[in-house]
Amino acid sequence: MNSSPNFIGAMIPAKPETNFVLRCADNAMILGQRLSEMCGHAPELELDLALTNISLDLIGQAGLLYDHVQTLEKLAPNADVLALTRDQNAYLNCLLVAQPNVDFAHIVLRQYLFSTFQKRQYEALLSSSDETLAAIAEKSLKEIAYHIRFAKDWVLRLGDGTEDSHERMADALDCLWRYSGELFEKDSVLAAAIDAGLLTDFTDKYEAWQIEVVALLAEATLTPPDDTHMLKGGYQGHQEDHLGHILTDMQYMQLKYPSLQW
Amino acid sequence: MYSTDLRTDAEKRRAQKADAKRSVEDAAFLDAFQARIDAGDIIEAKDIMPEGYRKTLVRQISQHAHSEIVGMLPEGNWVTRAPTLRRKLILLAKIQDEAGHGLYLYSAAETLGRSRDDMVADLLSGKAKYSTIFTYPTPTWADMGTIGWLVDGAAITNQIPLCRCSFGPYARAMVRVCKEESFHQRQGYEIVTTLAQGTPEQKQMAQESLDRIWWPSLMMFGPPDGASAHSSQNMKWKIKRHSNDELRQRFIDTTVPQAEFLGLKIPDPDLKWNEERGRYDFGDIDWSEMWAVIKGGGICGKARIRARKAAHKEGEWVRAAAAAYAQKRNSEKAA
Repeated sequence: MNSSPNFIGAMIPAKPETNFVLRCADNAMILGQRLSEMCGHAPELELDLALTNISLDLIGQAGLLYDHVQTLEKLAPNADVLALTRDQNAYLNCLLVAQPNVDFAHIVLRQYLFSTFQKRQYEALLSSSDETLAAIAEKSLKEIAYHIRFAKDWVLRLGDGTEDSHERMADALDCLWRYSGELFEKDSVLAAAIDAGLLTDFTDKYEAWQIEVVALLAEATLTPPDDTHMLKGGYQGHQEDHLGHILTDMQYMQLKYPSLQW
Repeated sequence: MYSTDLRTDAEKRRAQKADAKRSVEDAAFLDAFQARIDAGDIIEAKDIMPEGYRKTLVRQISQHAHSEIVGMLPEGNWVTRAPTLRRKLILLAKIQDEAGHGLYLYSAAETLGRSRDDMVADLLSGKAKYSTIFTYPTPTWADMGTIGWLVDGAAITNQIPLCRCSFGPYARAMVRVCKEESFHQRQGYEIVTTLAQGTPEQKQMAQESLDRIWWPSLMMFGPPDGASAHSSQNMKWKIKRHSNDELRQRFIDTTVPQAEFLGLKIPDPDLKWNEERGRYDFGDIDWSEMWAVIKGGGICGKARIRARKAAHKEGEWVRAAAAAYAQKRNSEKAA
Protein backbone atom coordinates (compact mmCIF):
# COMPACT_ATOMS: atom_id res chain seq x y z
CA MET A 1 0.00 0.00 0.00
CA ASN A 2 1.26 3.43 -0.91
CA SER A 3 1.50 5.63 2.18
CA SER A 4 2.21 8.89 0.36
CA PRO A 5 -0.04 11.86 1.24
CA ASN A 6 -0.61 12.03 -2.51
CA PHE A 7 -2.61 8.87 -2.44
CA ILE A 8 -6.22 9.00 -1.37
CA GLY A 9 -7.02 5.32 -1.19
CA ALA A 10 -10.40 4.49 0.26
CA MET A 11 -11.40 8.00 1.38
CA ILE A 12 -14.91 9.10 0.42
CA PRO A 13 -16.60 12.43 1.11
CA ALA A 14 -18.31 13.06 4.44
CA LYS A 15 -21.01 15.41 3.11
CA PRO A 16 -23.76 14.11 0.80
CA GLU A 17 -23.42 17.23 -1.40
CA THR A 18 -19.76 16.47 -2.01
CA ASN A 19 -20.56 12.83 -2.55
CA PHE A 20 -23.12 13.74 -5.20
CA VAL A 21 -20.73 16.06 -7.06
CA LEU A 22 -18.06 13.36 -6.94
CA ARG A 23 -20.54 10.93 -8.52
CA CYS A 24 -21.11 13.37 -11.36
CA ALA A 25 -17.35 13.87 -11.74
CA ASP A 26 -16.63 10.13 -11.75
CA ASN A 27 -19.41 9.46 -14.26
CA ALA A 28 -17.90 11.96 -16.67
CA MET A 29 -14.32 10.84 -16.01
CA ILE A 30 -14.84 7.12 -16.42
CA LEU A 31 -16.94 7.44 -19.57
CA GLY A 32 -14.45 9.97 -20.97
CA GLN A 33 -11.65 7.52 -20.22
CA ARG A 34 -13.55 4.66 -21.87
CA LEU A 35 -14.13 6.71 -25.00
CA SER A 36 -10.49 7.78 -25.08
CA GLU A 37 -9.56 4.12 -25.54
CA MET A 38 -11.04 4.43 -29.03
CA CYS A 39 -8.75 7.31 -30.02
CA GLY A 40 -7.00 6.17 -33.20
CA HIS A 41 -9.06 2.97 -33.37
CA ALA A 42 -12.62 4.07 -34.21
CA PRO A 43 -14.29 2.33 -37.15
CA GLU A 44 -14.09 5.44 -39.34
CA LEU A 45 -12.01 8.60 -39.28
CA GLU A 46 -15.05 10.85 -38.81
CA LEU A 47 -16.18 8.68 -35.90
CA ASP A 48 -12.72 8.90 -34.35
CA LEU A 49 -13.10 12.68 -34.36
CA ALA A 50 -16.61 12.49 -32.90
CA LEU A 51 -15.81 10.02 -30.12
CA THR A 52 -12.71 12.02 -29.18
CA ASN A 53 -14.86 15.15 -29.05
CA ILE A 54 -17.23 13.50 -26.61
CA SER A 55 -14.32 12.17 -24.58
CA LEU A 56 -12.78 15.65 -24.43
CA ASP A 57 -16.09 17.16 -23.32
CA LEU A 58 -16.58 14.59 -20.58
CA ILE A 59 -13.04 14.75 -19.21
CA GLY A 60 -13.33 18.53 -19.31
CA GLN A 61 -16.56 18.34 -17.29
CA ALA A 62 -14.89 15.93 -14.87
CA GLY A 63 -12.01 18.35 -14.35
CA LEU A 64 -14.37 21.19 -13.44
CA LEU A 65 -16.33 18.94 -11.10
CA TYR A 66 -13.23 17.55 -9.35
CA ASP A 67 -12.01 21.11 -8.83
CA HIS A 68 -15.38 21.92 -7.34
CA VAL A 69 -15.34 18.88 -5.07
CA GLN A 70 -12.07 20.21 -3.70
CA THR A 71 -13.73 23.49 -2.72
CA LEU A 72 -16.56 21.66 -0.96
CA GLU A 73 -14.33 19.22 0.90
CA LYS A 74 -10.58 19.18 0.44
CA LEU A 75 -10.10 15.48 -0.09
CA ALA A 76 -6.73 15.63 -1.84
CA PRO A 77 -3.79 17.98 -2.43
CA ASN A 78 -5.10 18.64 -5.94
CA ALA A 79 -7.77 17.52 -8.38
CA ASP A 80 -5.47 15.09 -10.23
CA VAL A 81 -4.72 13.20 -7.05
CA LEU A 82 -8.44 13.13 -6.34
CA ALA A 83 -9.27 11.91 -9.84
CA LEU A 84 -6.46 9.43 -10.22
CA THR A 85 -5.46 7.77 -6.95
CA ARG A 86 -8.53 6.41 -5.22
CA ASP A 87 -9.18 2.77 -4.49
CA GLN A 88 -11.64 1.13 -6.84
CA ASN A 89 -14.45 1.15 -4.28
CA ALA A 90 -13.98 4.88 -3.64
CA TYR A 91 -15.02 5.65 -7.24
CA LEU A 92 -18.66 6.62 -7.20
CA ASN A 93 -19.64 6.34 -10.86
CA CYS A 94 -22.68 4.43 -12.03
CA LEU A 95 -21.93 0.99 -13.45
CA LEU A 96 -23.04 1.92 -16.98
CA VAL A 97 -20.11 4.24 -17.73
CA ALA A 98 -17.48 1.56 -17.09
CA GLN A 99 -19.02 -0.94 -19.53
CA PRO A 100 -16.50 -1.99 -22.17
CA ASN A 101 -16.23 -0.84 -25.81
CA VAL A 102 -17.41 -4.22 -27.10
CA ASP A 103 -18.18 -2.76 -30.52
CA PHE A 104 -19.54 0.45 -32.00
CA ALA A 105 -23.11 -0.64 -31.18
CA HIS A 106 -22.29 -0.88 -27.48
CA ILE A 107 -20.47 2.45 -27.62
CA VAL A 108 -23.35 4.41 -29.14
CA LEU A 109 -26.06 2.78 -27.04
CA ARG A 110 -24.08 3.37 -23.82
CA GLN A 111 -23.71 7.00 -24.91
CA TYR A 112 -27.38 7.39 -25.74
CA LEU A 113 -28.56 5.96 -22.42
CA PHE A 114 -26.04 7.98 -20.45
CA SER A 115 -26.38 11.31 -22.22
CA THR A 116 -30.19 11.34 -22.15
CA PHE A 117 -30.00 10.63 -18.40
CA GLN A 118 -27.20 13.17 -17.86
CA LYS A 119 -29.30 15.82 -19.60
CA ARG A 120 -32.08 15.38 -17.04
CA GLN A 121 -29.66 15.24 -14.14
CA TYR A 122 -27.86 18.42 -15.22
CA GLU A 123 -31.11 20.26 -15.94
CA ALA A 124 -31.96 19.59 -12.29
CA LEU A 125 -28.74 21.42 -11.35
CA LEU A 126 -29.56 24.63 -13.23
CA SER A 127 -31.41 26.11 -10.24
CA SER A 128 -28.90 24.73 -7.74
CA SER A 129 -28.17 26.59 -4.51
CA ASP A 130 -24.56 26.05 -5.55
CA GLU A 131 -23.92 28.62 -8.29
CA THR A 132 -20.69 27.07 -9.52
CA LEU A 133 -22.41 23.74 -9.97
CA ALA A 134 -25.27 25.40 -11.85
CA ALA A 135 -22.76 27.10 -14.14
CA ILE A 136 -20.93 23.83 -14.84
CA ALA A 137 -24.27 22.18 -15.63
CA GLU A 138 -25.27 25.00 -17.97
CA LYS A 139 -22.01 24.76 -19.90
CA SER A 140 -22.15 20.96 -20.01
CA LEU A 141 -25.73 20.84 -21.27
CA LYS A 142 -24.63 22.46 -24.54
CA GLU A 143 -22.14 19.64 -24.99
CA ILE A 144 -24.64 16.98 -23.94
CA ALA A 145 -27.07 18.14 -26.64
CA TYR A 146 -24.44 17.20 -29.23
CA HIS A 147 -23.68 13.86 -27.53
CA ILE A 148 -27.36 12.95 -27.67
CA ARG A 149 -27.70 13.95 -31.30
CA PHE A 150 -24.67 11.87 -32.30
CA ALA A 151 -25.69 8.82 -30.29
CA LYS A 152 -29.35 8.97 -31.33
CA ASP A 153 -28.52 9.12 -35.04
CA TRP A 154 -26.31 6.06 -34.74
CA VAL A 155 -28.78 4.08 -32.61
CA LEU A 156 -31.27 4.57 -35.46
CA ARG A 157 -28.79 3.74 -38.22
CA LEU A 158 -27.48 0.62 -36.54
CA GLY A 159 -30.80 -0.60 -35.17
CA ASP A 160 -32.59 -0.17 -38.48
CA GLY A 161 -29.55 -0.77 -40.72
CA THR A 162 -28.57 -4.30 -41.73
CA GLU A 163 -29.44 -7.60 -40.07
CA ASP A 164 -25.93 -7.73 -38.63
CA SER A 165 -26.04 -4.21 -37.19
CA HIS A 166 -29.50 -4.89 -35.77
CA GLU A 167 -28.26 -8.01 -33.99
CA ARG A 168 -25.32 -6.11 -32.56
CA MET A 169 -27.64 -3.39 -31.26
CA ALA A 170 -29.97 -5.99 -29.78
CA ASP A 171 -26.99 -7.53 -27.98
CA ALA A 172 -25.88 -4.12 -26.72
CA LEU A 173 -29.38 -3.39 -25.46
CA ASP A 174 -29.56 -6.76 -23.74
CA CYS A 175 -26.26 -6.02 -21.95
CA LEU A 176 -26.70 -2.32 -21.18
CA TRP A 177 -30.39 -1.93 -20.35
CA ARG A 178 -29.73 -3.63 -17.00
CA TYR A 179 -27.68 -0.60 -15.94
CA SER A 180 -30.33 2.02 -16.71
CA GLY A 181 -32.25 1.61 -13.44
CA GLU A 182 -29.33 2.84 -11.37
CA LEU A 183 -29.25 6.14 -13.24
CA PHE A 184 -32.50 7.31 -11.66
CA GLU A 185 -32.21 5.63 -8.29
CA LYS A 186 -32.76 7.91 -5.30
CA ASP A 187 -30.60 6.66 -2.44
CA SER A 188 -29.98 8.50 0.83
CA VAL A 189 -27.08 10.54 -0.60
CA LEU A 190 -29.11 11.82 -3.52
CA ALA A 191 -32.12 12.48 -1.28
CA ALA A 192 -29.95 14.54 1.10
CA ALA A 193 -28.42 16.50 -1.79
CA ILE A 194 -31.92 17.27 -3.08
CA ASP A 195 -33.06 18.32 0.41
CA ALA A 196 -30.04 20.61 0.68
CA GLY A 197 -31.17 22.40 -2.51
CA LEU A 198 -28.21 21.20 -4.55
CA LEU A 199 -30.56 20.01 -7.28
CA THR A 200 -34.22 19.39 -7.93
CA ASP A 201 -35.49 15.83 -7.88
CA PHE A 202 -34.79 14.46 -11.36
CA THR A 203 -35.65 10.89 -10.38
CA ASP A 204 -39.31 11.64 -11.02
CA LYS A 205 -38.32 12.01 -14.68
CA TYR A 206 -37.52 8.28 -14.87
CA GLU A 207 -40.82 7.35 -16.47
CA ALA A 208 -40.67 10.17 -19.00
CA TRP A 209 -37.08 9.16 -19.81
CA GLN A 210 -38.16 5.55 -20.33
CA ILE A 211 -40.98 6.59 -22.64
CA GLU A 212 -38.65 8.71 -24.74
CA VAL A 213 -35.93 6.06 -24.92
CA VAL A 214 -38.29 3.18 -25.65
CA ALA A 215 -39.88 5.24 -28.45
CA LEU A 216 -36.49 5.92 -30.04
CA LEU A 217 -35.55 2.27 -29.69
CA ALA A 218 -38.83 1.29 -31.34
CA GLU A 219 -38.04 3.60 -34.23
CA ALA A 220 -34.72 1.76 -34.44
CA THR A 221 -36.72 -1.54 -34.49
CA LEU A 222 -35.40 -2.48 -31.05
CA THR A 223 -37.18 -3.53 -27.87
CA PRO A 224 -35.65 -3.49 -24.39
CA PRO A 225 -35.70 -6.83 -22.58
CA ASP A 226 -38.73 -7.54 -20.36
CA ASP A 227 -38.60 -7.79 -16.56
CA THR A 228 -34.98 -6.79 -16.37
CA HIS A 229 -33.29 -7.17 -13.03
CA MET A 230 -31.53 -3.84 -12.72
CA LEU A 231 -27.89 -3.92 -11.63
CA LYS A 232 -26.89 -1.22 -9.16
CA GLY A 233 -24.24 -0.34 -6.65
CA GLY A 234 -21.75 1.83 -8.52
CA TYR A 235 -22.86 5.01 -6.78
CA GLN A 236 -22.15 3.30 -3.47
CA GLY A 237 -18.71 2.15 -4.65
CA HIS A 238 -19.64 -1.46 -5.37
CA GLN A 239 -17.93 -1.59 -8.73
CA GLU A 240 -17.77 -4.43 -11.24
CA ASP A 241 -14.54 -5.92 -12.56
CA HIS A 242 -14.34 -3.48 -15.48
CA LEU A 243 -13.40 -0.48 -13.39
CA GLY A 244 -10.29 -2.13 -11.96
CA HIS A 245 -8.86 -2.53 -15.45
CA ILE A 246 -9.73 1.04 -16.38
CA LEU A 247 -7.93 2.26 -13.25
CA THR A 248 -4.84 0.17 -13.97
CA ASP A 249 -4.20 2.42 -16.95
CA MET A 250 -5.72 5.63 -15.65
CA GLN A 251 -3.81 5.64 -12.35
CA TYR A 252 -0.54 4.22 -13.66
CA MET A 253 1.56 7.38 -13.60
CA GLN A 254 0.13 8.89 -10.40
CA LEU A 255 0.67 5.68 -8.45
CA LYS A 256 4.05 4.84 -9.92
CA TYR A 257 5.43 8.34 -9.40
CA PRO A 258 3.54 9.85 -6.45
CA SER A 259 3.92 13.57 -5.76
CA LEU A 260 5.63 14.45 -9.05
CA GLN A 261 4.67 17.30 -11.36
CA TRP A 262 3.94 16.43 -14.98
CA MET B 1 9.10 13.84 -43.66
CA TYR B 2 5.44 12.95 -43.82
CA SER B 3 5.54 13.79 -47.50
CA THR B 4 9.15 12.90 -48.37
CA ASP B 5 9.59 10.52 -51.28
CA LEU B 6 10.25 7.21 -49.54
CA ARG B 7 10.21 5.02 -52.63
CA THR B 8 13.20 2.78 -53.25
CA ASP B 9 15.28 3.34 -56.39
CA ALA B 10 13.67 0.32 -58.03
CA GLU B 11 10.16 1.69 -57.35
CA LYS B 12 11.09 5.07 -58.80
CA ARG B 13 12.55 3.50 -61.94
CA ARG B 14 9.40 1.44 -62.50
CA ALA B 15 7.22 4.53 -62.12
CA GLN B 16 9.38 6.53 -64.54
CA LYS B 17 9.19 3.82 -67.17
CA ALA B 18 5.42 3.65 -66.87
CA ASP B 19 5.18 7.42 -67.16
CA ALA B 20 7.37 7.50 -70.25
CA LYS B 21 5.16 4.94 -72.01
CA ARG B 22 1.97 6.81 -71.24
CA SER B 23 3.22 10.29 -71.89
CA VAL B 24 1.49 12.16 -74.68
CA GLU B 25 2.40 15.55 -73.34
CA ASP B 26 4.42 17.54 -75.81
CA ALA B 27 7.15 19.98 -74.96
CA ALA B 28 4.96 23.02 -75.66
CA PHE B 29 2.38 21.86 -73.11
CA LEU B 30 5.03 21.18 -70.47
CA ASP B 31 6.72 24.52 -71.16
CA ALA B 32 3.44 26.39 -70.86
CA PHE B 33 2.73 24.73 -67.52
CA GLN B 34 6.25 25.49 -66.31
CA ALA B 35 5.75 29.12 -67.32
CA ARG B 36 2.68 29.30 -65.09
CA ILE B 37 4.67 27.85 -62.20
CA ASP B 38 7.56 30.23 -62.86
CA ALA B 39 5.16 33.16 -62.89
CA GLY B 40 4.02 32.16 -59.41
CA ASP B 41 0.56 30.95 -60.45
CA ILE B 42 -1.32 28.74 -58.01
CA ILE B 43 -2.50 25.54 -59.69
CA GLU B 44 -6.04 24.51 -58.80
CA ALA B 45 -7.57 21.05 -58.94
CA LYS B 46 -9.49 21.62 -62.20
CA ASP B 47 -6.55 23.19 -64.04
CA ILE B 48 -4.80 21.27 -66.77
CA MET B 49 -1.56 19.85 -65.40
CA PRO B 50 1.09 17.33 -66.47
CA GLU B 51 0.34 13.79 -65.38
CA GLY B 52 3.66 13.64 -63.54
CA TYR B 53 2.71 16.70 -61.49
CA ARG B 54 -0.66 15.16 -60.62
CA LYS B 55 0.84 11.80 -59.69
CA THR B 56 3.58 13.30 -57.59
CA LEU B 57 1.02 15.31 -55.66
CA VAL B 58 -1.35 12.38 -55.14
CA ARG B 59 1.53 10.28 -53.84
CA GLN B 60 2.89 13.06 -51.65
CA ILE B 61 -0.42 14.28 -50.22
CA SER B 62 -1.83 10.80 -49.61
CA GLN B 63 1.41 9.72 -47.95
CA HIS B 64 1.15 12.82 -45.79
CA ALA B 65 -2.45 11.89 -44.90
CA HIS B 66 -1.45 8.30 -44.08
CA SER B 67 1.34 9.61 -41.85
CA GLU B 68 -1.12 11.73 -39.90
CA ILE B 69 -3.44 8.77 -39.38
CA VAL B 70 -0.77 6.22 -38.48
CA GLY B 71 0.86 8.94 -36.38
CA MET B 72 -2.17 8.87 -34.09
CA LEU B 73 -1.16 5.44 -32.83
CA PRO B 74 2.16 5.99 -31.04
CA GLU B 75 0.58 8.87 -29.10
CA GLY B 76 -2.67 7.02 -28.60
CA ASN B 77 -0.50 4.57 -26.68
CA TRP B 78 -0.44 7.07 -23.78
CA VAL B 79 -3.92 8.60 -23.82
CA THR B 80 -5.35 6.24 -21.23
CA ARG B 81 -2.22 6.58 -19.06
CA ALA B 82 -1.60 10.33 -19.25
CA PRO B 83 -0.42 11.52 -15.83
CA THR B 84 -2.89 14.38 -15.25
CA LEU B 85 -6.28 15.44 -16.59
CA ARG B 86 -4.74 18.46 -18.29
CA ARG B 87 -2.16 16.33 -20.09
CA LYS B 88 -4.84 13.84 -21.09
CA LEU B 89 -7.00 16.59 -22.58
CA ILE B 90 -4.10 18.13 -24.48
CA LEU B 91 -2.94 14.77 -25.81
CA LEU B 92 -6.45 13.83 -26.93
CA ALA B 93 -6.89 17.20 -28.63
CA LYS B 94 -3.53 16.82 -30.37
CA ILE B 95 -4.34 13.36 -31.70
CA GLN B 96 -7.74 14.62 -32.79
CA ASP B 97 -6.01 17.40 -34.74
CA GLU B 98 -3.99 14.74 -36.53
CA ALA B 99 -7.17 12.89 -37.52
CA GLY B 100 -8.45 16.22 -38.84
CA HIS B 101 -5.23 16.80 -40.80
CA GLY B 102 -5.61 13.33 -42.29
CA LEU B 103 -9.16 14.10 -43.33
CA TYR B 104 -8.46 17.31 -45.17
CA LEU B 105 -5.30 15.96 -46.74
CA TYR B 106 -7.30 13.03 -48.12
CA SER B 107 -9.78 15.59 -49.40
CA ALA B 108 -7.01 17.65 -51.01
CA ALA B 109 -5.71 14.48 -52.71
CA GLU B 110 -9.22 13.54 -53.83
CA THR B 111 -9.44 16.80 -55.79
CA LEU B 112 -6.78 15.23 -58.03
CA GLY B 113 -9.00 12.31 -58.91
CA ARG B 114 -8.04 9.52 -56.50
CA SER B 115 -10.70 8.35 -54.01
CA ARG B 116 -10.05 8.18 -50.28
CA ASP B 117 -11.11 4.52 -50.32
CA ASP B 118 -8.40 3.71 -52.87
CA MET B 119 -5.77 5.64 -50.94
CA VAL B 120 -6.68 3.89 -47.69
CA ALA B 121 -6.62 0.52 -49.46
CA ASP B 122 -3.06 1.29 -50.58
CA LEU B 123 -2.04 2.05 -47.00
CA LEU B 124 -3.56 -1.17 -45.68
CA SER B 125 -2.05 -3.32 -48.43
CA GLY B 126 1.40 -1.89 -47.76
CA LYS B 127 1.59 -0.31 -51.22
CA ALA B 128 1.53 3.23 -49.88
CA LYS B 129 4.12 4.47 -47.43
CA TYR B 130 3.97 6.67 -44.37
CA SER B 131 6.60 8.49 -42.36
CA THR B 132 9.21 6.17 -40.87
CA ILE B 133 9.07 8.01 -37.55
CA PHE B 134 5.74 6.42 -36.61
CA THR B 135 7.15 2.92 -36.66
CA TYR B 136 9.10 3.67 -33.49
CA PRO B 137 7.69 2.67 -30.08
CA THR B 138 6.74 5.08 -27.29
CA PRO B 139 7.77 3.24 -24.12
CA THR B 140 7.57 6.18 -21.67
CA TRP B 141 5.47 9.27 -21.03
CA ALA B 142 8.52 11.37 -21.97
CA ASP B 143 8.04 10.23 -25.56
CA MET B 144 4.81 12.26 -25.67
CA GLY B 145 6.93 15.32 -25.00
CA THR B 146 9.76 14.42 -27.34
CA ILE B 147 7.41 13.56 -30.20
CA GLY B 148 5.70 16.94 -29.92
CA TRP B 149 9.01 18.77 -29.63
CA LEU B 150 11.03 16.95 -32.31
CA VAL B 151 8.55 15.20 -34.60
CA ASP B 152 6.07 18.05 -34.80
CA GLY B 153 9.02 20.45 -34.84
CA ALA B 154 10.47 18.64 -37.86
CA ALA B 155 7.04 18.59 -39.48
CA ILE B 156 6.74 22.36 -39.13
CA THR B 157 10.20 22.88 -40.62
CA ASN B 158 9.09 20.92 -43.66
CA GLN B 159 5.55 22.19 -43.92
CA ILE B 160 5.98 25.94 -43.59
CA PRO B 161 7.55 26.05 -47.08
CA LEU B 162 4.68 23.82 -48.30
CA CYS B 163 2.26 26.64 -47.47
CA ARG B 164 3.72 28.25 -50.61
CA CYS B 165 3.55 25.06 -52.66
CA SER B 166 2.27 25.57 -56.22
CA PHE B 167 -0.81 23.35 -55.74
CA GLY B 168 -3.52 25.47 -54.08
CA PRO B 169 -5.52 22.85 -52.13
CA TYR B 170 -2.33 21.41 -50.57
CA ALA B 171 -0.87 24.83 -49.79
CA ARG B 172 -4.09 25.97 -48.11
CA ALA B 173 -4.36 22.76 -46.08
CA MET B 174 -0.79 23.33 -44.90
CA VAL B 175 -1.59 26.79 -43.56
CA ARG B 176 -4.07 25.36 -41.09
CA VAL B 177 -1.98 22.27 -40.37
CA CYS B 178 1.03 24.42 -39.50
CA LYS B 179 -0.95 26.48 -36.99
CA GLU B 180 -1.97 23.32 -35.19
CA GLU B 181 1.48 21.72 -35.46
CA SER B 182 2.89 24.81 -33.80
CA PHE B 183 0.63 24.18 -30.79
CA HIS B 184 1.72 20.53 -30.81
CA GLN B 185 5.38 21.45 -30.87
CA ARG B 186 4.96 23.85 -27.95
CA GLN B 187 2.98 21.41 -25.81
CA GLY B 188 5.67 18.78 -26.45
CA TYR B 189 8.45 21.12 -25.47
CA GLU B 190 6.48 22.05 -22.36
CA ILE B 191 6.24 18.38 -21.33
CA VAL B 192 9.99 17.91 -21.86
CA THR B 193 10.68 21.15 -19.96
CA THR B 194 8.64 19.91 -17.00
CA LEU B 195 10.58 16.65 -16.99
CA ALA B 196 13.97 18.30 -17.45
CA GLN B 197 13.25 20.57 -14.49
CA GLY B 198 11.79 17.74 -12.42
CA THR B 199 13.40 14.99 -10.36
CA PRO B 200 16.57 13.21 -11.55
CA GLU B 201 14.35 10.29 -12.53
CA GLN B 202 12.17 12.54 -14.71
CA LYS B 203 15.19 14.20 -16.29
CA GLN B 204 16.61 10.80 -17.12
CA MET B 205 13.31 9.83 -18.68
CA ALA B 206 13.50 12.93 -20.90
CA GLN B 207 17.16 12.26 -21.85
CA GLU B 208 16.48 8.62 -22.75
CA SER B 209 13.56 9.66 -24.90
CA LEU B 210 15.72 12.23 -26.71
CA ASP B 211 18.37 9.54 -27.22
CA ARG B 212 15.76 7.29 -28.83
CA ILE B 213 14.02 9.82 -31.04
CA TRP B 214 16.80 12.21 -32.14
CA TRP B 215 18.22 10.22 -35.05
CA PRO B 216 14.86 8.93 -36.33
CA SER B 217 13.61 12.53 -36.32
CA LEU B 218 16.53 13.59 -38.55
CA MET B 219 15.65 10.74 -40.91
CA MET B 220 12.17 12.26 -41.29
CA PHE B 221 13.63 14.76 -43.78
CA GLY B 222 14.40 11.90 -46.15
CA PRO B 223 17.56 10.68 -47.87
CA PRO B 224 20.50 13.04 -48.40
CA ASP B 225 20.17 15.29 -51.45
CA GLY B 226 22.55 13.27 -53.61
CA ALA B 227 20.31 10.22 -53.26
CA SER B 228 16.99 11.93 -53.92
CA ALA B 229 16.50 11.78 -57.67
CA HIS B 230 13.09 13.45 -57.79
CA SER B 231 13.92 16.52 -55.77
CA SER B 232 14.99 18.66 -58.71
CA GLN B 233 11.80 18.12 -60.74
CA ASN B 234 9.69 18.78 -57.63
CA MET B 235 11.66 21.93 -56.95
CA LYS B 236 11.06 23.09 -60.54
CA TRP B 237 7.36 22.54 -60.09
CA LYS B 238 7.53 24.30 -56.71
CA ILE B 239 6.02 21.29 -54.98
CA LYS B 240 9.18 21.29 -52.94
CA ARG B 241 10.93 24.51 -52.04
CA HIS B 242 14.04 23.39 -50.19
CA SER B 243 16.23 20.29 -50.31
CA ASN B 244 16.08 17.54 -47.69
CA ASP B 245 19.52 18.44 -46.39
CA GLU B 246 18.72 22.14 -46.13
CA LEU B 247 15.56 21.45 -44.11
CA ARG B 248 17.40 18.95 -41.90
CA GLN B 249 20.11 21.53 -41.20
CA ARG B 250 17.51 24.18 -40.34
CA PHE B 251 15.84 21.79 -37.92
CA ILE B 252 19.13 20.94 -36.20
CA ASP B 253 20.10 24.60 -35.95
CA THR B 254 16.79 25.43 -34.29
CA THR B 255 16.61 22.41 -32.01
CA VAL B 256 20.12 22.17 -30.53
CA PRO B 257 19.82 25.41 -28.51
CA GLN B 258 16.42 24.23 -27.24
CA ALA B 259 18.02 21.04 -25.90
CA GLU B 260 20.89 23.02 -24.38
CA PHE B 261 18.44 25.32 -22.62
CA LEU B 262 16.91 22.28 -20.93
CA GLY B 263 20.28 20.78 -20.02
CA LEU B 264 19.66 17.77 -22.25
CA LYS B 265 22.39 16.27 -24.38
CA ILE B 266 21.90 15.61 -28.11
CA PRO B 267 23.17 12.03 -28.64
CA ASP B 268 25.71 12.97 -31.32
CA PRO B 269 29.40 13.17 -30.32
CA ASP B 270 30.20 14.95 -33.60
CA LEU B 271 27.72 17.74 -33.08
CA LYS B 272 29.47 21.10 -32.85
CA TRP B 273 28.92 24.71 -33.84
CA ASN B 274 30.74 25.68 -37.01
CA GLU B 275 31.61 29.34 -36.68
CA GLU B 276 32.49 29.73 -40.32
CA ARG B 277 29.22 28.27 -41.64
CA GLY B 278 27.19 29.75 -38.84
CA ARG B 279 25.50 26.36 -38.51
CA TYR B 280 25.94 23.13 -36.63
CA ASP B 281 28.04 20.28 -37.99
CA PHE B 282 26.64 16.90 -37.12
CA GLY B 283 27.52 13.23 -37.30
CA ASP B 284 26.69 10.73 -40.03
CA ILE B 285 23.16 9.47 -40.15
CA ASP B 286 22.76 5.70 -40.37
CA TRP B 287 20.74 5.55 -43.58
CA SER B 288 20.74 1.76 -43.52
CA GLU B 289 18.37 2.05 -40.55
CA MET B 290 15.97 4.27 -42.48
CA TRP B 291 15.90 1.95 -45.50
CA ALA B 292 15.45 -1.04 -43.22
CA VAL B 293 12.44 0.67 -41.66
CA ILE B 294 10.99 1.57 -45.07
CA LYS B 295 11.42 -1.97 -46.37
CA GLY B 296 10.67 -3.98 -43.24
CA GLY B 297 8.35 -1.75 -41.23
CA GLY B 298 10.66 -1.14 -38.29
CA ILE B 299 9.81 -2.10 -34.73
CA CYS B 300 6.10 -1.24 -34.77
CA GLY B 301 5.28 -1.06 -38.47
CA LYS B 302 3.41 -4.35 -38.53
CA ALA B 303 1.45 -3.46 -35.39
CA ARG B 304 0.56 -0.03 -36.81
CA ILE B 305 -0.90 -1.47 -40.01
CA ARG B 306 -2.63 -4.24 -38.08
CA ALA B 307 -4.31 -1.57 -35.90
CA ARG B 308 -5.42 0.40 -38.97
CA LYS B 309 -6.73 -2.79 -40.62
CA ALA B 310 -8.65 -3.72 -37.47
CA ALA B 311 -10.30 -0.30 -37.32
CA HIS B 312 -11.12 -0.46 -41.02
CA LYS B 313 -12.60 -3.95 -40.69
CA GLU B 314 -14.70 -2.89 -37.69
CA GLY B 315 -15.93 -0.08 -39.92
CA GLU B 316 -17.28 -2.45 -42.57
CA TRP B 317 -20.49 -3.39 -40.78
CA VAL B 318 -20.95 0.19 -39.55
CA ARG B 319 -20.67 1.59 -43.09
CA ALA B 320 -22.99 -1.11 -44.40
CA ALA B 321 -25.57 -0.26 -41.73
CA ALA B 322 -25.37 3.47 -42.46
CA ALA B 323 -25.78 2.81 -46.19
CA ALA B 324 -28.72 0.45 -45.64
CA TYR B 325 -30.42 2.92 -43.31
CA ALA B 326 -29.97 5.79 -45.77
CA GLN B 327 -31.35 3.66 -48.59
CA LYS B 328 -34.44 2.77 -46.55
CA ARG B 329 -35.10 6.43 -45.79
CA ASN B 330 -34.62 7.38 -49.45
CA SER B 331 -37.07 4.70 -50.58
CA GLU B 332 -39.61 5.97 -48.07
CA LYS B 333 -39.25 9.48 -49.43
CA ALA B 334 -39.63 8.23 -52.98
CA ALA B 335 -42.73 6.20 -52.12
